[in-house]
Amino acid sequence: MTNRLFKALMTSAVLGLGATTAISAAECIAPANPGGGWDFTCRQIGKIMYDIKAVDTPVQVTNMPGAGGGLAYNHVVSERADDGDLIVAASSATTTRLAQNAYAGMTADQVRFVGAIGADPGVIVVAADSPYKSLGDLVDAIKADPGSVAFAGGSAVGGFDHMKPLMILQKAGFTDITKVKYIGVDGGADAITQTVGGFTQAMTGDMSEVVSFLSNGDIRVIAVLTDERVPGFDDIPTAKEQGYDVVAVNWRGLYVPKGISDEKFDEWAGKLQQVADSPEWAQAMKDNGLAPFTKVGGDFQSYVDGLVADIAAMSKELGVTQ
Amino acid sequence: MDILSNLALGFGVALSPYTLFLAVCGCFLGTIIGALPGLGPSNGVAILIPITFTLGLDATSALVLMTSVYYGAMYGGRISSILLNIPGDEPALMTTLDGYPMAKQGRAGDALVLSGVASFVGAFLATIGLMLLAPSLARVAFLFGPAEYFALYLLAFCTLGGMASNNQAKAALAACIGLGIATIGVDSSSGLPRLTGGNLHLYDGVDFLVAIVGLFAIAEVFFFIESHGKGSSIGVKLDKVGIPWGDIWDTKWTMLRSSAVGFIAGILPGAGASLGSFMAYMSEKSIAGEKGGFGTGVPKGVAAPEAGNNAAAGGALVPMLTLGVPGSGTTAVLLALLMTLNITPGPTLFTDRPEVVWGLIASLLIANIVLLLMNVPMVKIFVKILMVPAWILLPGVTMISFVGIYSLSGSYFDLLMMVGFGALGYILRKLDIPTVPVILGILLGGNMEDALRRAMTLSDGDVTYLFSSPIAIGLWVAAIAGFVAPMFLRNILKKPQAITD
Repeated sequence: MTNRLFKALMTSAVLGLGATTAISAAECIAPANPGGGWDFTCRQIGKIMYDIKAVDTPVQVTNMPGAGGGLAYNHVVSERADDGDLIVAASSATTTRLAQNAYAGMTADQVRFVGAIGADPGVIVVAADSPYKSLGDLVDAIKADPGSVAFAGGSAVGGFDHMKPLMILQKAGFTDITKVKYIGVDGGADAITQTVGGFTQAMTGDMSEVVSFLSNGDIRVIAVLTDERVPGFDDIPTAKEQGYDVVAVNWRGLYVPKGISDEKFDEWAGKLQQVADSPEWAQAMKDNGLAPFTKVGGDFQSYVDGLVADIAAMSKELGVTQ
Repeated sequence: MDILSNLALGFGVALSPYTLFLAVCGCFLGTIIGALPGLGPSNGVAILIPITFTLGLDATSALVLMTSVYYGAMYGGRISSILLNIPGDEPALMTTLDGYPMAKQGRAGDALVLSGVASFVGAFLATIGLMLLAPSLARVAFLFGPAEYFALYLLAFCTLGGMASNNQAKAALAACIGLGIATIGVDSSSGLPRLTGGNLHLYDGVDFLVAIVGLFAIAEVFFFIESHGKGSSIGVKLDKVGIPWGDIWDTKWTMLRSSAVGFIAGILPGAGASLGSFMAYMSEKSIAGEKGGFGTGVPKGVAAPEAGNNAAAGGALVPMLTLGVPGSGTTAVLLALLMTLNITPGPTLFTDRPEVVWGLIASLLIANIVLLLMNVPMVKIFVKILMVPAWILLPGVTMISFVGIYSLSGSYFDLLMMVGFGALGYILRKLDIPTVPVILGILLGGNMEDALRRAMTLSDGDVTYLFSSPIAIGLWVAAIAGFVAPMFLRNILKKPQAITD
C-alpha cells in the first residue's frame, strides 16, 4: 500500500516536473514557412541562445505561415497575450504591414518589440549599361520626368522595397510620389532580371539579394541605404554621402506578447543582447550578408514607433493603406 | 572536355555510399509524398528542410537528399493521377486526362510503367540540358518582361477550350471560375486585400493544393456516398503487369518533343512544371489531331505530360541556379535551402562553387536512375492498391487528404475550404463541366493578372506595350490561332468524342 502510494507520488512528481519544464521551454514563432528570413531569425537566434546558455532548454521553433505574418500576429495578440516564454521573429516587413493596417485592424502597440540584431542594408541598383551613374543622376531624371524611370522590387506595391526610393525622393524635395513607377515582382533576383533585361530602369532591394550579381558585372549598385559604407563593400557609396539622408535597412529582430511583465521583457532584451555580442552571431551575420544593427529594449521600441509613423504617413499618400 | 571533367568532379562529391543511401531514401520518400493527394513536391521539400538541419547534413548531402525528394515527388505525382483520377500534385493534373481512362481499360500497369519511363526521359534530358546550356540559357530570362509573360499565359488559356470536355463553352466557364478564385487574396500590385471578407486566412489566396484535393478527392467521396459505393469510378480492372515495349517505342518522339517543350517552359521564371506539362500535352494533342484520340486513354497522352513536367522540373533549376530566380514553387523552397546552407545562387555560382553545382547535377542524375529502377519494378506494389475495395480505399484517401492539407498551414480553415471545393467539384461534375480548367485558372490566373498589371504600370496604361516585342507578338499570334482555329476546323474535322468519365 505504502509502496503504491509512493509510486503514485513519484509519478505525479515526475509529471509535475515534466509540466514545469514544458512551460519554461521557450518557443519562437516564425510567421512563415521553413527557409525564409523569419525562419532563419528564429532558428539562428534560438540556437545561439541555447549554445551560449542564455536559455536552459533548446528554443522550440514553430512555423506559422499566413497573411504575411498576420496569422501569427493575431495568434499572439488574441491567444498568447501574457505568455512570457514566447518570442516571435519580426523584420521591417512586420512594421510596414502594421503601419499600413495590413493585419486586419491590429496595430503595432498590441505587442512589444524587444530588439533587432543585424540588418540587411537597402540598395538601389541599375543595369551595368545604364546611363545613371549615381543616385543624383537617377533622382534628377525622375524630377525631370517621373515616367522615365520604373523601379522593380521584391515586395508588393507599398512594401518596404517600394518605400526605399520614395524616402530618397522625399529627401530630394520630390513630393509627387504617386507618379513614381514601381512594379512588385517575385523576389529581389527577379527584380534584377527585369532591370538587366531593360524592362525597368532600377531595382530596389536588399544587399543580400544583389551580392551574387555584383562580381558578374551585370549590375551597378549606385547607393546603399546605411549610415556608413558596409564593410566588405567599401566601393559602394551610401545615399547619405550623396546628399540624401536616408537609412533603410531590413532589420531582423523579435517581438513578444504585450501582457508580459517588465522583468520578463528586460530578461528577453538581455538575452538578445547576449546573442548580439556573441561570436556565433557575428559569424551567422557574415554568412548571410547581414550588417551589424543592434537596437535592443526601449531604444528599439522608439525606433519602431518612428518607423511605423513614417511609413503610415507615406502609405496614406500612396493610397495603399486600408 | 570541360563538361566531362566537371561531371567527374560532381560525381566525386555526390557518389559516396552515404550520399547514395540518402538518394535512395529521398527518392522513396519523394515518391510517396508525390503520390499522396495534397502533398506535392514543394511542401514535401519544405517539410523536410528542418530535418536536414536536425541531422546536421553538410551542403552536398542536404542537396542530394532534397533533389531526390524533389524528383521523387515529380515521379510520384502520376501514381494517384492514373490509379485514382486524383492528381498527387499540381503538375500531375494533366496525367489524369489519359492516364485514368487508360487504367479503366485495364492497362493501369502499362500506364504506370510508360509514365515512369516518360518521366525518366524528361528528367534525364532536362538534366543534360541543364548541364550543357545553363549558363547561356540564363540569358533567356532577361528577354521576358511583363508583356511577354502575359502573352505566354494568354496562350495557355486560349488553348484550354475543348480540353477534357467536348463543350468549349463549359471549359471556358470552368476556366473563368478558376480565374475568379485566383483573384482572392492580397493584390500584389496594390497591397490591398480582395474578396477576403476581412478573413486573415484568405489573405494569401486559395492554395491550389486545397483546390485540387477538394475538387478531385473529396468530390469523389461525395459521388461514392451518393451511389452507396456502387457507381464510384474507382475500381479499375486489372490485367497482368508487364513492360509495354511497344508503347514506349511508339511514343519516343512524343517524349522527346514534350521534354523540349517542358524544359523551355521550366526555364521561364514563374511558369513552372504545371505549365510545362500543360504545354506538352496540348502541343502533342494538336500534332496528333482528332485521330489521336487524346483524352480517351492513349499512351501518348500519358507520356507527353509526364515527360513535360519532369523536364520542366529540371528546366526550373536553370534560372534558380544561374539567376537566383526560382522557376516554380519547389525551386523557391530549394532556393531557400541553398541560402540557409550559405550558398547564394546567382550568375557566379558556376564558377565560384563548381563543387556545389556539379555535385547537384550529379545527384540529379543519380536520383533519376534510382527512381527509374525503383518505379518500374515496384509498379506491381502500387497497382496492388487497386485491389483494395473502394470502401476501404476512399476513407483512406480522405484521411490522407485531410492530414496532407492540414500539414500545409496547420489551420482548420483550409480543411473547411477543401470540403467546400469538394462540394463545388460534385456540382460541376453533375453539370458535366470539367474541373481541370478550374485548377489551371487558379494556378495561372494570379500570374497572368500580375503580368498584365505590371505591364500597364510600366507603360502608363498604354495597351500597345503588350505587342511591343517580337516574342510577345509571336505568342499573341499563337494564342489567337489556338483559340480561333478549332472553330473553323470543327466543320472540317469530325466532332471530338465525348469522354465517358
